[in-house]
Amino acid sequence: MNASFVKRTLAAVAAVGALASGMGAAHAEDAKVGFVYVGPIGDHGWSYRHDIGRQAIEKEFGDAVSTSYVESVPEGADAERVIRQMAQTGHNLIFTTSFGFMNPTEKVAKQFPNVKFEHATGYKRADNISTYAARFYEGRYVAGVIAGKMTKSNIIGYVGSFPIPEVVRGINSFMRGAWSVNPDVKVKIVWANTWYDPGKEGDAAKALIDQGADIMVQHTDSPAPLQVAENRGVLGIGQASDMIKFAPKAQLTAIVDHWDEYYVARTKAVMDGTWESTDTWGGIASGMVDMAPYTNMPDDVKALAEETEAKIASGEIHPFGGPIYDQAGELRVKEGEDAPDEMLLGMDWYVKGIDAELPK
Amino acid sequence: MIRLEPRRQHSQAMVYLSPVLAIIMTLVVGGIIFAFMGKNPFDALYTFFILPINNSYGISELLVKATPLVIIAIGLAMGFRANVWNIGAEGQLTMGAIFGGGLALYFYDSTSVFLLPAMMVLGAIGGAFWGAIPALLRTRFNANEILTSLMLTYVATLFLSFLVHGPWRNPEGFNFPESRPFPDAGLLPMIFDGTRVHLGTAIAVFVVLAGWLLLSKSVIGFQLRVVGKAPQAARHVGFRQKRMVWFTLLLSGGLSGLAGLFEVAGPIGQLQSSISPGYGFTAIIVAFLGRLHPVGILFGGLIMALTYLGGELAQMTLQLPNAVTGLFQGILLFFLLACDVLTKYRVRFGSIAAKGRTA
Amino acid sequence: MDWIVPFILTVITASTPLLLAASGELVTEKSGVLNLGVEGMMLVGAIAGFAVTATTGSAVLGIVGAMCAGVLMSLIFAFLTLTLMANQVATGLALTIFGVGFSALVGSGFVGFAIQPLPSLSIPGLSSIPVLGPILFGQDFLVYLSFAIVVGIGYFLTKTRAGLILKAVGDSHHSANAIGYSVIKIRYLATMFGGAMSGLAGAYLSLSYTPMWAENMTAGRGWIALALVVFATWRPGRLLAGAYMFGLISVMQLHAQGAGIHVPSQFMSMLPYLATVIVLVIISSDRAKIRLNAPACIGQAFRATQ
Repeated sequence: MNASFVKRTLAAVAAVGALASGMGAAHAEDAKVGFVYVGPIGDHGWSYRHDIGRQAIEKEFGDAVSTSYVESVPEGADAERVIRQMAQTGHNLIFTTSFGFMNPTEKVAKQFPNVKFEHATGYKRADNISTYAARFYEGRYVAGVIAGKMTKSNIIGYVGSFPIPEVVRGINSFMRGAWSVNPDVKVKIVWANTWYDPGKEGDAAKALIDQGADIMVQHTDSPAPLQVAENRGVLGIGQASDMIKFAPKAQLTAIVDHWDEYYVARTKAVMDGTWESTDTWGGIASGMVDMAPYTNMPDDVKALAEETEAKIASGEIHPFGGPIYDQAGELRVKEGEDAPDEMLLGMDWYVKGIDAELPK
Repeated sequence: MIRLEPRRQHSQAMVYLSPVLAIIMTLVVGGIIFAFMGKNPFDALYTFFILPINNSYGISELLVKATPLVIIAIGLAMGFRANVWNIGAEGQLTMGAIFGGGLALYFYDSTSVFLLPAMMVLGAIGGAFWGAIPALLRTRFNANEILTSLMLTYVATLFLSFLVHGPWRNPEGFNFPESRPFPDAGLLPMIFDGTRVHLGTAIAVFVVLAGWLLLSKSVIGFQLRVVGKAPQAARHVGFRQKRMVWFTLLLSGGLSGLAGLFEVAGPIGQLQSSISPGYGFTAIIVAFLGRLHPVGILFGGLIMALTYLGGELAQMTLQLPNAVTGLFQGILLFFLLACDVLTKYRVRFGSIAAKGRTA
Repeated sequence: MDWIVPFILTVITASTPLLLAASGELVTEKSGVLNLGVEGMMLVGAIAGFAVTATTGSAVLGIVGAMCAGVLMSLIFAFLTLTLMANQVATGLALTIFGVGFSALVGSGFVGFAIQPLPSLSIPGLSSIPVLGPILFGQDFLVYLSFAIVVGIGYFLTKTRAGLILKAVGDSHHSANAIGYSVIKIRYLATMFGGAMSGLAGAYLSLSYTPMWAENMTAGRGWIALALVVFATWRPGRLLAGAYMFGLISVMQLHAQGAGIHVPSQFMSMLPYLATVIVLVIISSDRAKIRLNAPACIGQAFRATQ
């Protein structure tokens, strides 16, 4: 291990040297890319999708790039050590893929100005820290349009993980999509208080279906709610991955996390020396949010879904286009305006029409 | 067949030799597993055991990681000696972080030198309070503390989740689930510059010493030893079981709470929904690895911490999945626990008839 | 009232894995052995069941495989604690760490695989009786098995000679040994039974409850099962009640949330844990009864003196 490490370091040093001396300007610098995951890559959810992105880097660059990862890193004291050790072991680009890694990433980045950091879903940037996230709410708007068309009971069942802005934003966007085609739709929300507990997620879905929901939406990671939908003969929307295998008769579509292009592009930027600190919030247009094939729906709904997707991509539809009122009836976004990203980022209120309460 | 023959007295040599033997066996078995996974076994073992601590930074991180494990395990060991089964140190840790951290959030712009000591006291009180509930339920209502302490852990974790998602959320944090950062006056001072070794680590050493003194020199320590060895006798002499339950649960709860406060006021610096990767449970293993003795616990905590650090590096540098870390940790623990038997027994192979021949 | 039947069905599926794992641990503990490795054994059972089913297509083989895997895990524990007299509490926890890692390693190739869920029983005529039909005659066979096992354990412990011997071993291993019973052998068997049941509980998760494999999919159910044995004061009947109470409250709080109760969801999620503590306090207050049921030698190592 030591030998190969030395070899790799030497190779990197040699490459830098070559670049500096102008001899091999065409030769790209070796990149060593590290990933810090909050869950196991076997969770088939959030961390799993990031690892698919890591594999895309390996596929794209072959031997020119090496990647490594540490999975199941707790969002406590351990994160800082893992990130620092990545920086110390010669990684020159490090992706920290959970909100809870924000402060440790910032601390380590200060000490390693030459290493580039990419933090997912946070808001703290620096010269060597970029942030990136996906506008999953755009996908949820499309899903809402489909659900609004497909529901017969007009009750949507929504399994949430934790009441954080990301999830609240998703609920709001979904319901705005649904209301755009069917103003009578209502949503019932159950918080599972976990990102990942298949049994509990499934039980939550059962409870919602028992209360009349005929479309299951989830913001938790396992395919369990969709499996329940399949079993009970109702429809559902997949999360993170295309889950059609788990629910061939129930999945309408899935909102797929798609990090591949972003990860490849950022790695390339490091190799080319063009990396800059940026704030990326990619949506359907950039491909970061991907819709799984539209299935189990009539052609007109499918056409409408495709049209909505295209309009969001082109910017013709903004899921949070005004006017938007919150539950208290206060006007949050004026007519003709779109909700600014800052508002979306910290969203902790429901739009008018949602009959539920957020913990304050 | 394997048979065990009791030694007349504990083998002093084996007290020190058995862990060495266990580690050698782990190296052999671990090496085979790594080879089976297509990795050079020597690289892998080097990565697990040496690489994490081959520089001063690595050693400092080892101390940071071992700190909560040792502090909690010292308290738990006292209880285990008296047959008080506190499984809920994780919950007591969480409550300590909530109590002590809550103070830092209330005085979030404080610069007072009294803030940190007050947080520590409150952290210990929070943990002790959460330990007092199982103590009360056991002594007053006869309810088994294994269940009550474990269930209260879930309650504490959910309560923390409620606080950071709701009332204690950082008003400037875009409504993400974390509290304000603690003020500087509420953060533990670092002992060595450039590392994360904090005051809590020094206090952990003090806790080890105090635990050793308590156990070997005090009356209550004597009682703990007797109760553990001969519960019947202890009852005859008139040691009051209820007092033992209260003492050990308050002590282990308080220490766990202190450990929790050290985590949030040390390396984390704020309250968030996840503050401990199960230190309260891992510490149970540490307590037994250390044979319920404070000095042993110190070493047990360091070994356990080392396997976590090694696991991270093995993933980073060898692309071994995290699962292998768990597997490897399990095997190391199996050997350590199994080799313990050598302190009390001689191992003989063969049947009883064979024993006749050799004897 | 349409929701009543599906509600009860949800409670049954939520309670069954707890009941299966806990009933095995109850027998193990009755023999005087405390195995805290239930979570790890369940996970290994879950992946074994899933892997065998996914590769052979036979759920029955999967279930057998899961039970065998659970037994093998329990044998590691038994060898360390019974033969080598290692500390039971620490060894059980180590077994869980080992099981989490081992199952994840084996399972890495099975993430994202879909299999056919375990079929539910469907008795023509009986299953279509309103209300009672689907509840009594529409479950998969593991649910019926879980009830049969609880009844069987109750019978075994009180009415059979072997059961009385098992209890004797757990209550006073030295006397049992003096009478001539092989304490170690009996404890081995009881521990293996616990392993088999944990494996079965794991298979119920990965084959029926949520037919899939994902790392750590037990999500702490092994710990709840352990707590339920204590809750039940080592009585099979109370175990059944405890598992179903826990399942009932877990599902109820989800229903209450769906119905729009304005209480922070974290407090709702606390309910099953709090309820278990409160009910335990109520039933434990009668001191004499508890002492009669708790195995006196639980967790203590035993070495036969010749």
